[in-house]
Amino acid sequence: MVSLSHYLILGAVLFAISIAGIFINRKNIIILLMAIELMLLAVNMNFIAFSHYLQDTAGQVFVFFILTVAAAEAAIGLAILVLLFRNRATINVQDIDSLKG
Amino acid sequence: MMIPDIIFYIFATVLVLTSLMVVVVRNPVHAALFLILAFFTSACIWVLLEAEFLAITLVLVYVGAVMVLFLFVVMMLDINLAPMREGFAKALPVGMAVAILMFVELMLILGPSRFGINIIPTPNTHDAGYSNTKELGRILYTQYVYPFEIAAVILLVAIVAAIALTMRARRQSKYVRPEQQVNVKRNDRLRIVKVESEQRTR
Repeated sequence: MVSLSHYLILGAVLFAISIAGIFINRKNIIILLMAIELMLLAVNMNFIAFSHYLQDTAGQVFVFFILTVAAAEAAIGLAILVLLFRNRATINVQDIDSLKG
Repeated sequence: MMIPDIIFYIFATVLVLTSLMVVVVRNPVHAALFLILAFFTSACIWVLLEAEFLAITLVLVYVGAVMVLFLFVVMMLDINLAPMREGFAKALPVGMAVAILMFVELMLILGPSRFGINIIPTPNTHDAGYSNTKELGRILYTQYVYPFEIAAVILLVAIVAAIALTMRARRQSKYVRPEQQVNVKRNDRLRIVKVESEQRTR
């Protein structure tokens, strides 16, 4: 039988993969944003698994709000990305250091 | 081994493989497409967990809106990929080490000894008339109505911010300036001219 532990471990694997993705793609902002989306997916997986196994709908409500905030975050993040590319003609994280003292 | 277990293992394998492809693939367009597959697969897993409404929402909101936005941006920007990939091989061992360490730490907590089938048994399945959407709506519009309103405000703020960030004032576009429009007097716009009538010339 699939237990709660299976789903939690699946979420942990997803989270670890996206952490590794942030490490190995640290120059490409687009992949970084995708890794953040993957992290949120892992968190949502845990919420829904707990909501199912503890028979509590509040976990699903929380996932609903996380989806809302993640959609807003993606929209604003991509808008900033477009603005950055328009002004600097690059999305390499290494080149974005104009705030460095 | 029962049928739902086999389905879970198939979807979990696909999900892990696609999320690996998202982080290691070279082309951002391919990464976005693999991310779409990952979202779709996890929606299937959420259906296994009896969260049907959120599974459909994940497909509609993420695959239908957010990932399309990602693909738009990725295809619109003309990115030189070569400098993005330098340091990939150098960062790979560190990233792998951190990920494996984090996974081992999480396994110590989330393993079967604490969340196994003996500790938290599988809940009873709902009867045929149960509606996940109705239940979620009932709790969302009563107990969580105030966070729901705040979520609406957050979405509005996101709309305004995204438009305000990316909008450029073009020189040839025509628009009304209300602060000047309300100050206009009659004499600024209207000029009464007396024209003398003339004899018709033949």
